[in-house]
Amino acid sequence: MSSRSSSATAGRKTLRQRLAGTSINLFYLPAIILLVLFLLYPLISGFAISLYSWDGYNPEKIFVGLTNYMTILRDRNFLTTLINTLIYGIGSTILQQVLGLGLALMLNARIKGRNLMRAIIYLPALISAVIMGTMYYFIFQYQQGALNAILVWLGLDRVVWFENSTNAVIIILLVNSLQYVGTSMIIYLAGLQGMDQSVVEAASLDGASGWKMFWNITMPGLAPAFTTSVVLNLIGGLKLFDVIKVLTGGGPGYSTNSVSTYISIQYFDNQNAGYASAIGVVLFVLIAIVTTLMNKGLDKLNWES
Amino acid sequence: MSTSKNAAAADGVTIVGRKTRTRGHWAIYLCLIVFCLIQLVPFWLAICQSTKPSDDMSATLIPRFNDIQWSNFTDAITQGGVFRAMLNSAIVTLFTTVLVCLLGAAAAYPLARRQTRGNKLVSSGILALMMIPSLSILVPLYSFLVQIGGVNSYWGVILVLTASNLPLSIFLYQAFIKSIPPSIDEAGMVDGANRFTVFFRLILPLLKPVTATVVIMTSVGVWNEYALSSYLLTDQSMQTIAPRVASFFSANSSNLGVGAAAALICALPIVILYLFLQRYFIEGMVAGSVK
Repeated sequence: MSSRSSSATAGRKTLRQRLAGTSINLFYLPAIILLVLFLLYPLISGFAISLYSWDGYNPEKIFVGLTNYMTILRDRNFLTTLINTLIYGIGSTILQQVLGLGLALMLNARIKGRNLMRAIIYLPALISAVIMGTMYYFIFQYQQGALNAILVWLGLDRVVWFENSTNAVIIILLVNSLQYVGTSMIIYLAGLQGMDQSVVEAASLDGASGWKMFWNITMPGLAPAFTTSVVLNLIGGLKLFDVIKVLTGGGPGYSTNSVSTYISIQYFDNQNAGYASAIGVVLFVLIAIVTTLMNKGLDKLNWES
Repeated sequence: MSTSKNAAAADGVTIVGRKTRTRGHWAIYLCLIVFCLIQLVPFWLAICQSTKPSDDMSATLIPRFNDIQWSNFTDAITQGGVFRAMLNSAIVTLFTTVLVCLLGAAAAYPLARRQTRGNKLVSSGILALMMIPSLSILVPLYSFLVQIGGVNSYWGVILVLTASNLPLSIFLYQAFIKSIPPSIDEAGMVDGANRFTVFFRLILPLLKPVTATVVIMTSVGVWNEYALSSYLLTDQSMQTIAPRVASFFSANSSNLGVGAAAALICALPIVILYLFLQRYFIEGMVAGSVK
């Protein structure tokens, strides 16, 4: 009798436990609903919209198949924005690694005022890219800008800094890199501080110093920081939007647009919602490929070191 | 002469390493100071620009300290609606951050504790969502929000930004919860508590360190967000700071002074918070980015 009742309660308990086990999944339901509604559904419906010719407002859409994608291949402006996007992405990644690592190495030394200097260098990274962009604009502005003020003071003529698209692209690249160089610096500083000091000491006892120490001990030790910083900067650069909108608005012509700003122009200014969607799909695929490749390649690098 | 200089430099300076390269210090200091100045130049120029009268079209590298004009600041506040924009940003940031923390922690709990094949699939799916650039879904997202009436509303932008910040927060919470021994949950369950109570009473209080990271990353990101907010919030009374400041430069570009004043006012809250909570900001941003 007693044994029967105990086996019954045991059976009930496992059932209850099993129920508790599945019901725990209810915890992710709200998050999943939001993610599906505002990320996954737009991603899928974006692909659907890309197959239509649509102005973005009219309820009527015309199915055109892959025409929008064919247009992308022939669109010279898209080619420019794609090249710009790669320049912004790769250029700021290189600049930020060089400057960020250099600053981190200098600021890792116990020098006076290093906390203040770190704080100043990192500050712009916390401020909206729109606000920083407008502030940087006062360097390059034609009439009242700082650079032209110096030129006039030197007795030279004013320069229209954004007139030439090459200049404008370089300025955007520089502004983005300077704003976020602090992030790379902080990541490298964290890497330097997390480094195994016993290895460093052992190497210095073995007579390693200067460049030898740097290449053989410091650099391999910084591999994880390098991975993080590169992935972060590259993705950030490939998605570049805010600074371009503020500094040039994509102009002159379409010459400084990134793929991101080009999407917004095609959608809101040219009312080509279908075409903008197709470019959105291309941007997503581009970022997905780059992220996956980078993670794979850089994982290998970390594992080896 | 040069030795005394070097000695002075070495005084406050001890470099880690075997050799003290006193000569290098000057170069390092010089580099660092120049770089700090470069980082401060935009702020300085914005101050110069904002403190001169609006009809003064000359270039100023030094503000006229004896004749500082506050009209740009008052214009930015009264006509530019900068305070309204800050209030909007505060509302959007507050609600988004709370939602991201709560929903993120809750979603991470089963994904960390019950690693069935289905749940593993869910968590790698969420990770993949992190790769979606917000502009790539601009068209479908915007037209969806138009359909459900979410354009120019707080809830619309809050839900969109919550969704875009959730994947990273779920990822961070999940890693953290995995480091909490499951025996804590089991002990709670034995005492008769259900999963719900266990999560809110036992697990949630332990998540403070990772929550600090999520709060800092999310709130800084949302406070500064521009790409989506600028299209989802187009009414001036609904705009957050980034679209508001940007609007000074498209519509009102002749008046750079007001734009500079608006930019400075909107940068101020972050600068002040950063001054007091510098350590937390840096730690939070690093922890978040290192993943």
